[in-house]
Amino acid sequence: MRIRIRRKRQKIQKFFLFTSTVYLCFLLFAAVGSSYLAPHSPTTQNLNQRLLPPFTEGKILGTDDLGRDIWSRIVYGTRSLLLIGTVSVGIALAGGLVMGILAGAIGGIVDSFIMLLMDGILSFPTVLLAITVVSVLGYGLVQVTVALGIVFIPVFARLVRAETISRLTEGYVESSRALGTPFPKILLRHVLPNMMPDLIAQSTVTFALVVVIEASLSFLGLGTQPPEPSWGLMLKESRNFLYQAPWMAIFPGLALAATVFSFNYLGDYLSEQLNPQRW
Amino acid sequence: MASVSSPLESGPTVFLSGQKGLRIPFFILLLRKSIRLFLTMLLIPTVVFFVLRIIPGDPALVVAGFDAPPEVVENLRSKLGTNRPPLEQYEEWILSVAQLEFGTSLISNEPVLKLILDRFPLTLSLAVAGMLCALLIAIPLGVMSAVRRWTLWDYGGMVFSQIGISLPSFWLGIILLLLFAVKYPLFPLFGGDSPWHLVLPSVALGINRGAVLLRLVRTAMIEELGKEYIITARSKGLPELVVRYRHALRNALLPVLTIAGIQFGYMLGGAIILEQVFSLPGLGRLILSAVFQRDFPVIQGGTLFVAAVFSLVNFLVDLLYSLVNPRIRVG
Repeated sequence: MRIRIRRKRQKIQKFFLFTSTVYLCFLLFAAVGSSYLAPHSPTTQNLNQRLLPPFTEGKILGTDDLGRDIWSRIVYGTRSLLLIGTVSVGIALAGGLVMGILAGAIGGIVDSFIMLLMDGILSFPTVLLAITVVSVLGYGLVQVTVALGIVFIPVFARLVRAETISRLTEGYVESSRALGTPFPKILLRHVLPNMMPDLIAQSTVTFALVVVIEASLSFLGLGTQPPEPSWGLMLKESRNFLYQAPWMAIFPGLALAATVFSFNYLGDYLSEQLNPQRW
Repeated sequence: MASVSSPLESGPTVFLSGQKGLRIPFFILLLRKSIRLFLTMLLIPTVVFFVLRIIPGDPALVVAGFDAPPEVVENLRSKLGTNRPPLEQYEEWILSVAQLEFGTSLISNEPVLKLILDRFPLTLSLAVAGMLCALLIAIPLGVMSAVRRWTLWDYGGMVFSQIGISLPSFWLGIILLLLFAVKYPLFPLFGGDSPWHLVLPSVALGINRGAVLLRLVRTAMIEELGKEYIITARSKGLPELVVRYRHALRNALLPVLTIAGIQFGYMLGGAIILEQVFSLPGLGRLILSAVFQRDFPVIQGGTLFVAAVFSLVNFLVDLLYSLVNPRIRVG
């Protein structure tokens, strides 16, 4: 009985993994080929077709308060979503690598200073720090992307630092150093490749977080500015039409939740697969 | 739980299994942690300063508007103190923070500290209520999953936690509003000051965090149930209920409560967004409207205040944990 349920569990895990991957591929496809998937323009207003419920007049998911097709807006919203996620995680990854390697490889005062700074950043709730950074940089897509990149640097820096320190003290690295291998080459040959699995898993999980926070910021009115299609912005607009048009709130949120779920699931799976010894 | 560190799970080291280390007297631990807290408290205003002053951009110009006459901008610069050398500004900023002097709002001319303290109770009660919700969800479901491992209960718990983690709490808030304020009007739609208004937002906060804690309760409980003292307790003939709830659960809750404490800080961050969803006049709305009105002293003070509370909570949780569980008094 128990073994059967455990097998069933594995089957269900595989099912989740499959759906997550398919969904993410679909997102990518939607971002690249938005114009093929979306029957209408995401920004063209049509006041004769305001607040149409789903499946009427050829609008699969209905229309919003300005008569824009919700399905098309969701499809076009994937562009900014993937762009922000990729660039923010890229900034965080690059910053984290530089900081982490500097801290881990040099040690001493440099290490203490960098880690103190990183701890300082970590002592703020992420959303709050992002809001503060955006308040200086101004609102908008680019600003939010940069803000989120900065906010997540410490997460990567800690990981990279720990990995650098542990790799540098390993036997094969020390012997390689004794043979006179230059330091940058050691970093490239031994340290970096060994931390790749962790970095990939961490990036996937961070991607999910970035997506949520970007949506939250857009929801607050700090992120993507109208009329550009963004899921967070759509949720913000839906708030005034809860009585008349609940579909305005339901569909973008479902798309968002599914995205976060897929990235989280994939991240968990990757860290499990790439690091079997830790489990 | 994933081995990668997401900011949701970083914090004091938690040993799920009894690892051995050097024992340190409590007062030395207290001293060490206090020094760390002090450093953090020094660091927080520094980060705020760097973010608001060093990042390119002139607050005075932003406040006044880009087409404002130069003398207005110059006037604001001297009011905000941004026309002096950075080091001098920094020194003054740290000194004023040490005296709890956050300046006055550019819009309402009220002292920033008063504005913050007026709004904070609501945000705090939202975070506390959210935490209670999270624990009410996580502990029963987590224990159930652990006790009936590999059954449908466990499987259901895991699916719930996986989905719960993925639901953005502000969207959950909107959906709860749709269901319980629009479709079935059990709760008020927007705004308000009665405890009734806090129910939906705290459930929205609680489901998300509860899903994170659920996994932790399950892992900790399974770990405890496999230990020798449980076998002893069972062989003494103690009823299974006593073994599970008086012996295992008590020990399993230790690491859970620590993580719950750290999560509490993030509750504060989540509360900021949910206040906007439910139109609650809390600290989050204060900071947000300050961002829109470019009221820099309020942004500065509010951010600092939340971060300080956040660090203080982490410090207390950390201390409490090592007090309750002497096994982890490790350097």
